[in-house]
Order: sequence, then structure tokens, then C-alpha cells
Amino acid sequence: MKRIIAVMLTGIMTLSLAACSSAGSAASAGGGASSGGDVIRIGVFEPSTGDSASGGKKEILGMQYANSETPTVEAGGKTYKVELVYADNGSSADKAPSAASELVGKDVSLVLGSYGSGVSMAGGPKFEEAGLAAIGVTCTNPNVTAGNDYYFRICFLDNFQADVLANFAIEKFSAKKAYCLGENGNEYDQGLVAFFTQVFEAAGGEVISDSFPTNNSDFTSYLNKAKSEGADVIFTPVSIAYAKQIMEQAASLDIGIPFLGSDTLDDNMVLEATKDTNLQLFVSTFYQEGGSETFDKGIKDYINNNSDALTANGGNDTISAVTAMGYDAYYVALEAIKAAGSGDKAQIKGAIPSVKWDGVSGSIAFDEVGDAVRDTAYIKTADTSTGTWAFEKVQTGSGK
Amino acid sequence: MSEKKSNLPALIGIVILFLFIILLENIRSFIPGLPMIFDPMSPLFTVLKKAAVYSLVAVSMNLLNGFTGLFSLGQAGFMLLGAYTYAILTVPSAMKDQVYYLFGGCAFQFSLVDFFQGIFGSAGAGYAVGLILSCLIAIILAGVVAGFFAFLIGFPVLRLKSDYLAIATLGFAEILRAIFQWQTLGPVTNGANMIKGFPTFTSFNITGAGGQVVLRLSTFVPFLITTVCIAIIVLLINSSYGRAFKSIRDDEIAAEAMGIRLFSHKMLSFVISSFFAGVGGAMFAMYVANAQAKAFTSTMTYEILLIVVIGGIGSVSGSVLATFLYVACSEWWLRFLDSEQYIGSFKVPLLRNGFRMVVFSVVIMIIVLFFSQGIMGNREIDLNAIFTGKKRRSGSQGK
Amino acid sequence: MEYAISVLLSGISVGGQYALIAIGYTLVYGILRLINFAHGDVFMVAGLMGIYFTAVLPISLSLPLVIILTVLLGFTIERVAYKPLRDAPRMSVMISAIGVSYLLQNTATYVTGGQPMTYPTIPFLSGTVNVAGTQTKWVVILTPILVLTLVVLLSLLINRTKVGMAMRAVSKDFETSRLMGIRINSVISVTFIIGSALAAVGSVLFFTNYPAITPMAGAMPGLKAFVAAVFGGIGSIPGAVIGAFIIGICETIIKGLPSSWDVSVFSDAFTFALLILILVFKPQGLFGEAATDKV
Repeated sequence: MKRIIAVMLTGIMTLSLAACSSAGSAASAGGGASSGGDVIRIGVFEPSTGDSASGGKKEILGMQYANSETPTVEAGGKTYKVELVYADNGSSADKAPSAASELVGKDVSLVLGSYGSGVSMAGGPKFEEAGLAAIGVTCTNPNVTAGNDYYFRICFLDNFQADVLANFAIEKFSAKKAYCLGENGNEYDQGLVAFFTQVFEAAGGEVISDSFPTNNSDFTSYLNKAKSEGADVIFTPVSIAYAKQIMEQAASLDIGIPFLGSDTLDDNMVLEATKDTNLQLFVSTFYQEGGSETFDKGIKDYINNNSDALTANGGNDTISAVTAMGYDAYYVALEAIKAAGSGDKAQIKGAIPSVKWDGVSGSIAFDEVGDAVRDTAYIKTADTSTGTWAFEKVQTGSGK
Repeated sequence: MSEKKSNLPALIGIVILFLFIILLENIRSFIPGLPMIFDPMSPLFTVLKKAAVYSLVAVSMNLLNGFTGLFSLGQAGFMLLGAYTYAILTVPSAMKDQVYYLFGGCAFQFSLVDFFQGIFGSAGAGYAVGLILSCLIAIILAGVVAGFFAFLIGFPVLRLKSDYLAIATLGFAEILRAIFQWQTLGPVTNGANMIKGFPTFTSFNITGAGGQVVLRLSTFVPFLITTVCIAIIVLLINSSYGRAFKSIRDDEIAAEAMGIRLFSHKMLSFVISSFFAGVGGAMFAMYVANAQAKAFTSTMTYEILLIVVIGGIGSVSGSVLATFLYVACSEWWLRFLDSEQYIGSFKVPLLRNGFRMVVFSVVIMIIVLFFSQGIMGNREIDLNAIFTGKKRRSGSQGK
Repeated sequence: MEYAISVLLSGISVGGQYALIAIGYTLVYGILRLINFAHGDVFMVAGLMGIYFTAVLPISLSLPLVIILTVLLGFTIERVAYKPLRDAPRMSVMISAIGVSYLLQNTATYVTGGQPMTYPTIPFLSGTVNVAGTQTKWVVILTPILVLTLVVLLSLLINRTKVGMAMRAVSKDFETSRLMGIRINSVISVTFIIGSALAAVGSVLFFTNYPAITPMAGAMPGLKAFVAAVFGGIGSIPGAVIGAFIIGICETIIKGLPSSWDVSVFSDAFTFALLILILVFKPQGLFGEAATDKV
């Protein structure tokens, strides 16, 4: 019986808290909105803690900048103020459902995110159940959108990215032997390695792959192995913290083999690790700094004038591709709201498939699964003397 | 304990609880004007579901740590076994190629869902019967697999003493995780990828012809399973086996001298606890709608251990209560600590991402240090006493 | 051959770093019979302090400061989280240790914002050297030497000094040594101070070699160091060091095995499997003394 009382008490406390928080958000919205009244909330479903925090924060940065640039949207003849509502999914699949329902509970009109496919897949069913459309920004795993009508995404997929990188390895280095290294149990790493292997082997190459356990710090054995096996390229589609370790250790080993990385390696922390070394690092990514002058300038100003943003970006103003993607995602969301003519989530969901938008990362349109139609990726390389990214080429896949 | 007691009041209480949950879950479809919090997608229900799942795991851990005195940290490993067993058995064949896309389909084509749909049909009442049967069997098998592994692991590790046992079981959980993430086993475990597409709690919502939900049961189902399982555990604790477990906890040597076979009782407790951890794992998979080894880390075990401690080691109702409080705080009530808050125009300092977990761990340390008995100590909430209004002497819980 | 040497070198450096953490475990366990789960996190915090201090202070000042503050942290943890539970069941103390570990990890996440942090390069230690055709960092060569020196010093401390004698007495019989007038609390504090100081030194070596620090960076090395301590026989310092080297070398050999065998993912699992085997077949470890149960 006490249990029931406890449940009831829980309910009451909940109500009061909910009342408080909704009152609070109403107050802040009222204080901020100059035109007063109508607000459309966009949920930001991103990791701010855990393994992927670094990437999640940079993605949020793009959305915040876009929001500061265009804080209102006109839909159905009315001007709405757009408010970003955040929920931290903690980079972990067991925290993702509650973060997702947090957003649902805050009555958002649609959701952007997340960085990291695992959390997106864990949150996806919640959004689907709530009839809430979600636009994935940089979650590249095929299973995010497959089987979920409500999940869309504006980035390319793992198989495309791996295809691009394998082709790049063959074209640029005439690589015959590739060494792949991914984290054990990480679907992102393992998916890319598997697709890379398929393409590379189909082209007559040889692939050696290894997985390292989670929280591993010693990569020298793997790197030395790659060297002694005579690999032509090393493919490391790993998350930022590991990528950093691998680069630092490769520099001290004088490894001399070019590294290929996926979009996660397009991060200024990884870049920093390659500075003043003789490493060769090539990454495939969504956006290349210099792609849009106005965006570059705007976001750099935004980052430099805001200490929180600067910290979130890792202490400097190098633009990560995920930031550009976050920026584009925000505008795609606005387009969807405009097309829907209101903040109604069902109408927005119906409007998304036909949205077309020319973003800084290229033009965005959706196919029937809800994935972005994209056929190119940017390859950039780390300029180790200046510590910046240099544009290498625009690479297309093998077309398969 | 000799007096015959009626369990009727407790039963009535549970039935009322169930009805209340169903009502709560559906109330917004009768009275649409209610606040957002009653929306079936609101954090309230997510928290209730997660807490229902975790409370079973917490009670199962309490059975081992609190009632038998075996300090085991392998709970996440057994949950992992349960989650994967459930997932592999219930993913419909049609989904398998999509889910196992890296491995060109699953090596294990059988699916309980398809099997029962073949018997009862795939629509209407037949579908419902098939769904319930397949989930039920899959959940039980999830428990059996976890229990069986516990049986195998138990032979070497149950001979170890307290903290060695803890570290050995922790090690086993880590080994299991590495095996399930191994790409070579991918055709069965899907390697690093998550298995998804199997029936979840949401599948139990009753939908009308147009696909709209008529009656929501997605919060009720985890409550039902957890209640049944916890009831079984409570019956076990109150049986002669339970008394043997407690005597082992209080004094192994004395218990042995009294003729209790130490090893077989420890094994029994270990296997049963793991069985329910496996069931909990299957429910966890239903809750997050996927099964992925990455989630079942030692951090998860620690979380559950802390829940048990907060509730009181040796109290079933304490564990349940603590789970609801813990999950609600960590996933919901304290979330505001993670973002900037203003009181009027005053910006509250320190609040930013991650602060929630700092506050939370400080609270936990305070409980561990100053309230080492937890919320309930080793007492229980007595449902019967509350209903009949008379206070029965709490059984043989005390030392 | 070159490859074999490089694997061996990695193994020795990994082992040396585990050894420095393992000594802390083995000392604490020897005296308190407590698996100090927070020890690995103290090590991580020491690494973070290294980052923050070197950002504002010269290295010659900041490294001693890191060691002093880590010692203080270890001492405080013992006083706040373990001392009040001295007479509580062992399980409670262990839970308290898990709680402290949880707290340190979460605080680190809060302070760093969850971003991986880069450890500064320390002149000389970070420099590279060529050993038999394999390039490596100086720290790799220096770690085992430093570890051996420390072991000798610690053995002298434990076997030749009064504090050492007290430590041995306490680890032999807690209650009796208390009755004999040994100030238990100060002995335990000394143990934690030594352990934390070694963790701080270990953090400098470890993070110079593997410069990215995440809040979880201490958990795995911590657990493995514990396994090393058990392997060598808990309570025995030379045992812990030898155990750490064996585990470090085995682990890198497994990682270095041909990829076609597909076993490199089990380098962590191997450590735990080893632990279980030892616990089952030789619970006292390589050098530990067999414990007798008193009724």
C-alpha cells in the first residue's frame, strides 16, 4: 500500500515539478520573445556527456549559431519564435529513451540529432511512438532510418563513406593492403570497417582488421603490427578520444603510413594531435572550411565572442563539419516548419520528405527511406605544419 | 511465522496498483485537457517503465547480496545474456536481413514471433495471443540462459570469499561483453550492431483498426512482469530456502554446522538471482527497444548496487522504492541541474552539463556514509498490516 | 624481430604503469582488506591536475604540486569515505569505494565537460629514442627503471623502518595490532599517502605515453592493476610488480597476434580470465601468504 502511496506521491511531486518547469520555460520564453506569443520548440537530442560529448557539443554549436542568426520562422502567415530545447542523451543507449521522452514531454515540434547512431536508434522508437519527426544530423548508421518512418537524416551513410574512403585509398595511394582498426562493440567503427573491407577487397586489395577493447589506451602494438604487415594505409574510423590517442602514438612511433579517417576524425582535437608531426591524415567529411565564406566568418565570430561556445569547440575556432551539419539541420527544420505551415508535429513530419535545402554542406533532399541524397564527400588532409585542415578533393563513391 | 496469514490484502493492493497504472497511462485519452505530464510519452512513463525494469534487477541483486551475503558484481553480464536471448529469439524473420545487414542475414533464422503467428494468425486476437506467448517464452528462456550460465560460472567462483567473488563476477561480465561484441560471432549476436525490431513494451498497446491506440498497456506490462517475478522472489525468501540463505549471510560456519549445505544453497541463490537478472535484461531490451552489448557495462552493475544500498541491503520493498526514486531523480527530476537556470534574473551558478551527476553522486555518498542502513534497512513494508490496520511483528528479518 | 621488440617494449611500458597503480592497491588491500575501486580514478584525477597545472605553471613546479595534491586527495578520501566505516561490514566499505569512484568520474566529466583532454608534453620524457630499430618514447625506457627503484625503496621502508613494521603488523592482524598500541589510523593514512603518491607518479608516466584523458581513463588501468596485485599475491609489493609486468606483456602480445586469428579483442577479457583462474587455483597469488580462516 505504501508503494501505492509512494507512486501517488511521485505523481504529485511530478506534477508540481512539471508545473514549475513549464512555468519557468514560459517565463523565459515570454521574456525573450519580442514579438510575443507564438513559440515553436525544436528539440536538440544530443550527447553533452559521455564518449560522444565532444562531437555532440560541436553539433549543438551549429544549431545555436543558426538559431542566433534566424531566431524566428514564418509559417502559415504567422511569425513564430524558435526555441531550442536540449536533452542530453549521455552518449549511452540506456539514457537515450528518457532523454527522448524528456523532449516529447516538453512539447517540441520536431527533433534534431543525434551525434552517434547508437543513441539515435535507441531514441528513435520513442519519437516514432510520439509521432514526432527527428532529423538525424550526423548519425551515419543505415539502421537509424531503416524501419523508422519518423527518422530522417541529412548526412551520408556509413556504406557510402567507407566506399568513398576505399576508393580514395586506391586512387591516391594505389593501396593494396589496408589495416583497419576499430573499437570492439562500437557499431559505428565496425560498420565502417566492414563496408570498407567489402569495397577494398572487391577492388582486389587485402584488408587486415583489428578491434581494440573499450577504454584501451595502448595502441602502439596495433600500429607496429600495421607497420610490420606492410600496410599501405591505416583506416581508423574511431571516436575522437581514441583517434587522438592513435595519432599521438603514431607520431612517436614514426609510423610513416598514411591514415584514413571517417567524419569523426574531422575534429580540431585530432588535428591538434597531428600538429608538428610527420603524420599523413586524410578524413572524409561533410563540410570543408572555406565552402561558404559567410558561414565560416559568422560562426568564427560567434565562437570567438562566446566563451561557452569556445570551450565547446575545444578552445579554438576551427570549424568542425558537424557544426556545419548542425547549422544545416536547423535550416532544414525551419523549411519543414514553413512547409507545414504550423508547429504541428504531424504536419511537419508530412512536410519533411519534400523539403529541399541548399545548405553550406551541399544541397539536401530526402529519398524514400528518409536518408539524404548525397553522392559526394569532401576529403581533407591535416596540414601538420600549420595545424589546419587542407582541402584534398571531392570524392565520389564507386557508384555501387 | 507459524500463524496462517492471508495474502489477500496484498493481492488486492497489487490489483489496485495495476488498475491505477492502466488508468494513469490512458487518462489523457479520456480527458484530453490534462497537462502534458499525463501524456503517455512524457518522462513520467519512461521513468515508470525503466524503474519497473530496474527494480526487478535490483531485487534479484538483493537476493544475492542482501539475503545470501554473496557480494556479486556480475548483474550486468546476466542482463546482457537475457537481453540477447530475448532479442535473438523474437526478431521476426522478415526483419533479420535488415538488422543483420553487415552479416548478410542471421545464422539463426527461427523466430518465436513468426512461429506463434503461424499458429494463431497474424491479426486480431490470434496476433495478441501469439505475441503474449512468444514474449513470455522468450523472457523465460532469457532467464533460463542467464541462470544456466550462472550455474556454469558458479562452480569456480562461488568458492571464493567476499571481495574476490565480487571481482571475479565483475570479470565474467566483462568477458561476456567482449564475446558478444566479437564480430566473428556476428551472424548470431550481430557483433557491435544492435539487434532491434523485436516486440517491445509498446507492442502491447491495443490498437484499433486504423492503427490508433485504443488502450495503452506499455507501462502496465513491465509492472506486471516485475510484480510477478518479485512475488516469486519474496515467496522464496520466506520459504525454508530463504531462511537458509539468511543463515549463510549471517554466519557461514554456523549455518554449515546446522546442516545447511553451503555450496548448493549459494549456487541456488546465484542461479535464481541470475535467472531474474536475465528476465530483467530481456525487459531492459524491451524498454530501450534494442539489444547491444555496449550498454551492459560495469557502470550499470554499480548503479544497481547503489540502488540496493540506498534501499537497504536485505529489504525487497526498500530496493523497489529506491529504484523508483533513483531512476526518477537521475533521469528526470534532477535534469534541470544540467542546464542554465534563472531565478528571476539571477543566473544560478555551477549549473551546466554534468552537474546533475555530480550532485547525484554526492547524495549517494551521503547515503552510503551516514545512512548506511538505506531507506528501509532490512525491514519490509508490510502490505497486509497496512490493510488490516494491525502491526504484525516483522518476520525473521532482523539479526 | 623488430616487431617482436616493439611489442615487448609496449608490454614493458604498459606493465610498468600498471605496476605503479598496483602497488597502491596491494598496500591498501594488505592492510584494510579493501578493494579500493577509487584508486584508478585518483590516478585519472592526478592526470587531469597535471593538465590544468601545467597550463598555468612551469612543469618543474606543477609536477610536485600534482603529487602533493594527489596525496592530499588520497588522504581525504580515506578519512572521509573509509574511516567512518572502519567497523562496518566489508561490503559497506567496498560500496563506499564504488561511490567515491562514481563521484570522481562524474566530477571529472563536469569539470572537463566530457571532452578528452590532452596531457602536456614533458621535455625529455616525451622525447623519442631508437631501440633496435624501433622508435619509442623515453618514458617507455624509464618506466621500468623507475618502478624497480621504487620497489627497492618501498621494500626498505616496509622492512627496515618503524612505520613499515607497523604496516606489516596491521596487515597481519588488525585487531591485535590495535591492542598493541599501534596507531591504526596513522598507519592507514601512511598507506594511502604512499599509494596516492605512486598513482600520481604513475599518471605522469602513463599520460605522457598515452596523452588523452577521459573521465573513464582510470577505470580500466585501475581494474587491471588490481588483477596484477591479486596475481602477484595481494599484500606483496614485488608480487604486484611482477604481476603487473606479466599482465602488461601478455596483453600487448595478445594485441600483437596476427589479425587473422581475430583474438586481439580479448586482451581485456584475457586479463579477467587470468584473474579467475588464479583465484580458483592459487588464491594466494604468486607470492602471497596463504590465509587461514579463524572460526
